[in-house]
Amino acid sequence: MFDNVDAVQITVFTILFVAVSVLGFVAARWRRAEDLEHLDEWGLGGRNFGSWVTWFLIGGDLYTAYTFVAVPALVFGAGAIGFFAVPYTIVVYPMVFLVLIRLWSVSHVHGFVTPADFVRARHGSSTLALLVAITGIVATMPYIALQLVGIEAVLKAMGVTGHLPIVVAFAILAAYTYNSGLRAPALIAFVKDTLIYLVIIVAVIVIPYKLGGWDAIFGAAEAKFAASPNPGDGLILAGPAQLQYATLAFGSALALFLYPHSITGVLASRDRNVIKRNMAALPAYSFILGLLALLGYMAIKAGVVPIGADPEAGEPGDGNTIVPVLFDQMFPSWFSGVAMAAIGIGALVPAAIMSIAAANLWTRNIYVEYINKDATPKQEAQSSKLASLVVKVGALLAILGLDPQFSIDLQLIGGIIILQTLPAVALGLYTRWFHRWGLIAGWAAGMAFGFWATYQIPKVSFSPEGEPVIVKEHFGGSGLALSELGFDTTVSIYAGFLALIVNLVVCGLATWAFRAMNVPDGEDVTKTSEYFADQDDPRLRDLPEVVH
Amino acid sequence: MSQDVPEATSQAERSDHSPWNWLLLLPLLATLIPPLYNRVSPELFDIPFFYWYQLAAIAIGVISTIIVYRMTRS
Repeated sequence: MFDNVDAVQITVFTILFVAVSVLGFVAARWRRAEDLEHLDEWGLGGRNFGSWVTWFLIGGDLYTAYTFVAVPALVFGAGAIGFFAVPYTIVVYPMVFLVLIRLWSVSHVHGFVTPADFVRARHGSSTLALLVAITGIVATMPYIALQLVGIEAVLKAMGVTGHLPIVVAFAILAAYTYNSGLRAPALIAFVKDTLIYLVIIVAVIVIPYKLGGWDAIFGAAEAKFAASPNPGDGLILAGPAQLQYATLAFGSALALFLYPHSITGVLASRDRNVIKRNMAALPAYSFILGLLALLGYMAIKAGVVPIGADPEAGEPGDGNTIVPVLFDQMFPSWFSGVAMAAIGIGALVPAAIMSIAAANLWTRNIYVEYINKDATPKQEAQSSKLASLVVKVGALLAILGLDPQFSIDLQLIGGIIILQTLPAVALGLYTRWFHRWGLIAGWAAGMAFGFWATYQIPKVSFSPEGEPVIVKEHFGGSGLALSELGFDTTVSIYAGFLALIVNLVVCGLATWAFRAMNVPDGEDVTKTSEYFADQDDPRLRDLPEVVH
Repeated sequence: MSQDVPEATSQAERSDHSPWNWLLLLPLLATLIPPLYNRVSPELFDIPFFYWYQLAAIAIGVISTIIVYRMTRS
């Protein structure tokens, strides 16, 4: 299980890991509630987080361990296209600034816990709410599994192999999430984010200094891409990739706050101003992510070889290990232990919040809606706690039992399918023009198109002669060549973006058709003024009841 | 607004419709048009334009959002 393990490194890693686990259990007593057996307490931390807690919580939630290993890996392999994470996280906050405060207001008046709760009340359709809930669960599950890939990358770089360490780590995570609910990741996020900021700031000062400066780093990257037969890589975007870069950033930004775990973080905040302040403060994480992306180039200059790679056999190895390997090479043992722990703990926060969000969807929109209509708040909390365990076991089995590539493929599709809830959730906050069956038709069309498109996308590598070789027939990426649709061009576009357009067009046409056929609209139980309610509004419920 | 709606809520409604909100489009325009910045020079501290421009654009996003927040808070 342990080969070539550095004792100092693994000791530092283990101490930090154990410390946050203790913190996770202690969190149940933090901002202590009278009764944790309520979904508002277990699942939303009391709906009372201020600006600082929210900043750490949402930051810890959105910038995951997988992001921290996968973005630099993409930059390492393909260059400029991997930097899309920066424009993505620049545009997302201004885009959702006005939308999220509306969602917060109406959710607090009615006691909504999930986006599907809102859809149920707004569009008067339990079918649509069920579809939104299932979409959210399906999109979140592989995301949780990928956090395990993040931990695994770190363990591999430390020389720890075998599945046992991951099983233990996840069992501890499951136990304190069950015990403390959203308070656990909120408290651990303070440690996670502090470590991440520390490690990245040290890394971008120390590593370029050791490698001979930025000039040498970008020079090495340029030389690598010039020598590579792939026409798509480089220090700047190849011409046809520009549309894909922009649509990928824009589409990912549209998708981010449709994910149930993002909405959980937003609904847990105390008032509208907390959200507004956070939209201005969260880009601090984007800056760190941008610097982190550049670690991909530092790894090129440092001659990092991904674990499992065999250049002579053309075996690329596990690209996700490049950042941990870089830390291992560049830092003294004790500090690389801190760095590894930063990434490992970085996996725990989002995995906990995601499992809580998925569990809340299960409870509110499936269990209460279809199985136990008269559930008490205590039964709701119990159901969510159990569901959070099931979700984590599922994620663990997916990584251990199936090829991890399956989770990566699913996560890729996850962004595309969660986008299909945009008309019902985000547009629904502004307009009731869409017919409930129109929204369902649009959802179905967008899903079908998204699956078809990603199925069409092969993963291509290039032989030394520059000939394209298909290494994977289907689900090879999210950039759809427009030539697949019959256009005579080499330009590609983010498949999720196109799927959303298909969704919107069908949604509009079907709405018109259902109105023409006089199919009745659903009942809207929300009122216009409720979308502006703030904390001191007497209509905000202290203990929200279930909306039916 | 009808009388049963609290003062804070009608203020929130006014701020949600403030013209300052249009400033939120600026970061999108600055980053979603790659031809604006898809080049190597001019470099800053040896970092190609493509990279330092987008890192600097984070500040555009932050400043726009702060201005909108301060101008519209109740």
